Amino acid sequence: MVRLMTHNLLACHAKGCTTNNFPLALKDVQIELRESDFNPDFLKGFLPKLDWPALVLAARQLGDETLPLQQPEMLDDEFLKNLHHVLLEIHIEEGSMTCPNCAHVYPISNGIPNMLLAEHEIG
Amino acid sequence: MIPTPDLSHLKAEDYDRVYEPAEDTFLLLDALEADQELLKALKPSICLEVGSGSGCVSSFLGSILKDTTLYLCTDLNPHACVCTSRTGSQNRVALNPINTSFMEGLGQRLHRSIDVLLFNPPYVPTVEEEAAQAQDGRDIQGSWAGGNDGMDVTNRFLGLVDDMLSERGVLYLVALKQNNLPEIQERMKAHYGLEGEVALQRRAGREHLFILRFRRSQQTLCKDP
Repeated sequence: MVRLMTHNLLACHAKGCTTNNFPLALKDVQIELRESDFNPDFLKGFLPKLDWPALVLAARQLGDETLPLQQPEMLDDEFLKNLHHVLLEIHIEEGSMTCPNCAHVYPISNGIPNMLLAEHEIG
Repeated sequence: MIPTPDLSHLKAEDYDRVYEPAEDTFLLLDALEADQELLKALKPSICLEVGSGSGCVSSFLGSILKDTTLYLCTDLNPHACVCTSRTGSQNRVALNPINTSFMEGLGQRLHRSIDVLLFNPPYVPTVEEEAAQAQDGRDIQGSWAGGNDGMDVTNRFLGLVDDMLSERGVLYLVALKQNNLPEIQERMKAHYGLEGEVALQRRAGREHLFILRFRRSQQTLCKDP
């Protein structure tokens, strides 16, 4: 399963591609929604690891507009529930992720992202 | 006692393509179980298993740490990623498999962010050429063929640990006695200030297996994050 939490941690690593290589643009995605247990402590602990603008952009690409453009200072329950849904309950099953810099395409199939590069593409 | 993850969904066809949990796997599970209080006290936010294979080890870690942390699992072998995903589902642990080499694609965002790092490498001494082909083949041979002294893949991994491990992070590494553990420990200390100790060891047939636990110097696992 590729959830937006994982997507938020993946950057292009092709040879020489070191700037503007994140976030990878989601394309042609098929998503499934699967409920998972709400764990506010985990979400709060994970917030500092997130690139917030990248998360909001990815969520909006998938049609979810519940997250504010600016990360709020007050972490109320409504915000955390929306964050929980966006990060953990949206599963990308099929699709691809394109590097905004070098346009390398990383496929997602059966919910698994393929970050492997061919030998000549490895940095 | 924490039960071994349920692997009943994996069949002989899967084990033709993916490493079947064996003594080395179980020794790593036992080391994690023995360290469970330390692992919980660490309050990890990101765990990464490199070469997750069947997904057995990360599922087991999941039964210790529950849904308090993110479980990332990488494997070069695409079928291993599928098995990891299925084993996670079977054991109700949300494992996040990524088909990649080591942590390629994650390194930029997760620089020094991994709190629990697990690696059961291909450590069996083989002809070097065979080991290289095995990794390129991205199939089951890559799960054991370790090259010259069994250290080809482990050495590549050890060169990446300093970039991955968080300040409070802990690495569990499976190794064989022939892999020259004192040399590994000295090197990690001298180059990166990572202190290694034997967490557990066991003789299994011809193999004398070790679990090494590495942490940054002067770090204690119980220290609050």
